Amino acid sequence: MNAPLPASATPGPTIDRNARQAQVVAALSALLPAHALLHRREDTTPYECDGLTAYRATPLVVALPETEAQVAALLEACHALEVPVVARGAGTGLSGGAMPHALGVTLSLAKFNRIVKVDLASRTAVVQCGVRNLAISEAAAPFGLYYAPDPSSQIACTIGGNVAENSGGVHCLKYGLTFHNVLKVRGFTVEGEAVEFGGDALDTPGLDLLAAVIGSEGMLAIVTEVTVKLTPKPQLARCIMASFDDIRKAGDAVAAIIAAGIIPAGLEMMDKPMTAAVEDYVHAGYDLTAEAILLCESDGTPEEVAEEIERMLEVLSGSGATRMEVSKDEAQRLKFWSGRKNAFPASGRISPDYMCMDSTIPRKRLADILLAIQQMETKYALRCCNVFHAGDGNLHPLILFDANQGDQLHRAELFGADILETSVRLGGTITGEHGVGVEKLSSMCVQFSPEERAQMEALKRAFDPKGLLNPGKVIPELHRCAEYGKMHVKKGLLPFPQLERF
Amino acid sequence: MAADAAPGTALGPALGQLVERVRSAQAARTALDIVGGGTKAFYGGPRQGEPLDLAELAGISSYEPSELVVTARAGTPLAELEATLAGKGQCLPFEPPRFAPGGTVGGMVAAGLAGPARASAGGVRDYMLGATLLNGRAEVLSFGGQVMKNVAGYDVSRLLAGSMGTLGVILEVSLKVLPVAPATTTLRFEIDETAALAQLNAWGGQPLPISASAVWNGILVLRLAGAAAAVRAAAVRLGGEVVEPDLAAAFWTGLRDQTDEYFVGAAKAVGSGATLWRLALPQTAPPLKLSGEQLVEWGGAQRWLVTTAPAAMIRDAVARAGGHASAFRGDKPEGAFAPLSAPLARIHRELKTAFDPERIFNRARLVADL
Repeated sequence: MNAPLPASATPGPTIDRNARQAQVVAALSALLPAHALLHRREDTTPYECDGLTAYRATPLVVALPETEAQVAALLEACHALEVPVVARGAGTGLSGGAMPHALGVTLSLAKFNRIVKVDLASRTAVVQCGVRNLAISEAAAPFGLYYAPDPSSQIACTIGGNVAENSGGVHCLKYGLTFHNVLKVRGFTVEGEAVEFGGDALDTPGLDLLAAVIGSEGMLAIVTEVTVKLTPKPQLARCIMASFDDIRKAGDAVAAIIAAGIIPAGLEMMDKPMTAAVEDYVHAGYDLTAEAILLCESDGTPEEVAEEIERMLEVLSGSGATRMEVSKDEAQRLKFWSGRKNAFPASGRISPDYMCMDSTIPRKRLADILLAIQQMETKYALRCCNVFHAGDGNLHPLILFDANQGDQLHRAELFGADILETSVRLGGTITGEHGVGVEKLSSMCVQFSPEERAQMEALKRAFDPKGLLNPGKVIPELHRCAEYGKMHVKKGLLPFPQLERF
Repeated sequence: MAADAAPGTALGPALGQLVERVRSAQAARTALDIVGGGTKAFYGGPRQGEPLDLAELAGISSYEPSELVVTARAGTPLAELEATLAGKGQCLPFEPPRFAPGGTVGGMVAAGLAGPARASAGGVRDYMLGATLLNGRAEVLSFGGQVMKNVAGYDVSRLLAGSMGTLGVILEVSLKVLPVAPATTTLRFEIDETAALAQLNAWGGQPLPISASAVWNGILVLRLAGAAAAVRAAAVRLGGEVVEPDLAAAFWTGLRDQTDEYFVGAAKAVGSGATLWRLALPQTAPPLKLSGEQLVEWGGAQRWLVTTAPAAMIRDAVARAGGHASAFRGDKPEGAFAPLSAPLARIHRELKTAFDPERIFNRARLVADL
């Protein structure tokens, strides 16, 4: 997490907030029923943050439209008044992407919660944006199908939010991200014009705009309906839990599994402090003496799973695993996963506050980053537990602190920024699945050059010329990067160090 | 990966010259026609402007099999990339077509075309992890990266797959790669098109390792790929006649590269005035009653049609079935690609301006008059 700087309000400080609010309420009252429009302080307070509670703002108005026609009319009115619009799903985001704009409308899409169609023949579901991720799989279950991306918040988060963040989960390596599992989105441009990105075929004429819209954090268009791909449910899944007495050996084991040509359905790692925290919470029988624990899952036909588990056990033991256990049945498999899935609440039990980071690094750098984090624990005098989507190289360090103790919050923020910058230096990225939101704005200055950020801004303006959709998120303003004072780290991808870039 | 990806020293001049060319083209508003191997010159709208050759910008910058990532410069021959991956038991799972020898990595990404495995494995877009782009302001920009999960900023690199060079010169790309499937079996069934489409969609809803399909002339050819045990079990369950492995491999390669019997016939027809159409459809779309000969791939989601029927009639029928039709080879009197809806056309124009304000790159390859 970066040092907080308030997102600047586009219309400028000269506008009187009360007058502006009255103007917007008057305009929207003509379009929405009274119960779908909240503007009194006590009504809008629940909307002042998302899952990242450290950053808050009170919106001018919260609108909860019930029909697509209302959404279109609202957007048209806001566009005419040049009022910012911040879309919101379940509010489970972890980067402040749905944090309100102080002079804007928060557009809650919670009422769009209908599953329009589940179709076995085409293996697709058409759902409104407010449908919960897990509800799609539940609706598809009678057909032997499910929706593959499974973020840890899947019980609560909505598909619209998943599209905005390009959410992942623990099975991404084999089954892909939201991006790989969405065929089409329907919604509206900032002007309120109906638009579709993607289609019912596997491609569309012209540019692949769906690729740009997914993961755009509500800054390019408002999505109201999503067509997702459904996947046939594997007949069987089994999980290996393996212990290692050295983090480097565990990291090498991950690389060795991939090098052996295996793409596991899930490949997760926890370090020793994390294991201790979750064992105390779920009592799954984790090995508390291990420096690192790997969870390796195989799914498919029974024959396929038997073959793959055998091969993985061979690789793990060759990589120096000190203990290995294979789940015997579904209950035991879920028990193995219970700790990993509860890493966040388990951290909440051992510390008054924690900050969850989300960087991605090349897998082979795993030991390097974990050792660097150990040094940072000393430097910032704070503890850190680590869970890791090892198969994807996506790291979730949980920095433990107590916001009521002196400068601990500040130290935690510096700790977090240090992890992100180290990740970029190791050839990785500042966010793997949680998004930039407001949380990682400053770190964007480290990952991208001024020209790259300007190009992203230009891309946004192509969809939203006035910059009204979720302004102040994802792309930091120039002055912010200047104040942040950290240099842009040249990426490994850039093979041209001799080229002048500043 | 920064330390490992040390650039070849010869790259400096090649990139420097490209940047200079683009800078002067921008100043003079000279149209540029980006050229890789020229193997897909027939594809898309008409070429315009002076050739901008990427051949010098070649080579694999980094390849780490255990990371499942390869980074290659645009001018790298596709054959070189595929051979390097094959050496480590890996592949480009989307099976990009090679219509002729000499195709490049940049051309593969810009065209965004995929082969028989598209419906099961995904397309070029699904394997894009990062790209370095030379935009119309002569700026060298990197988006995405070399890691599997990355949501920092907008996903510009995936937007480049299939962009036909309209947003800028793709200089380098990072792609996710996968291990070659341990086992493959091809089955052959005698079945008419309607029944074949229904059967493919029924199988699609089950956990079967189906990796490709083709329906032509009363025959369905089906490829299974995956773990040996899964492929064996599925082959027994599905029945059909097992095709001898060498023959099967030759068939799928011919389908991928359009050298198979159907496409040889199509080329002849195109030579005498017909058009080869690529119809992208929902896989559940019923058989389309159009004059001409059809070959169905991707479980029904891609259908090839050789015909002399008017473009408007074909586009209309395909649009009614929920898809779009591209004039792939031959005459394209109504343009190569189906027209865009009004809001999408506007966003395309604005995006073109955002990346290439003087409209110097590949002006008509993707959208007429972009």
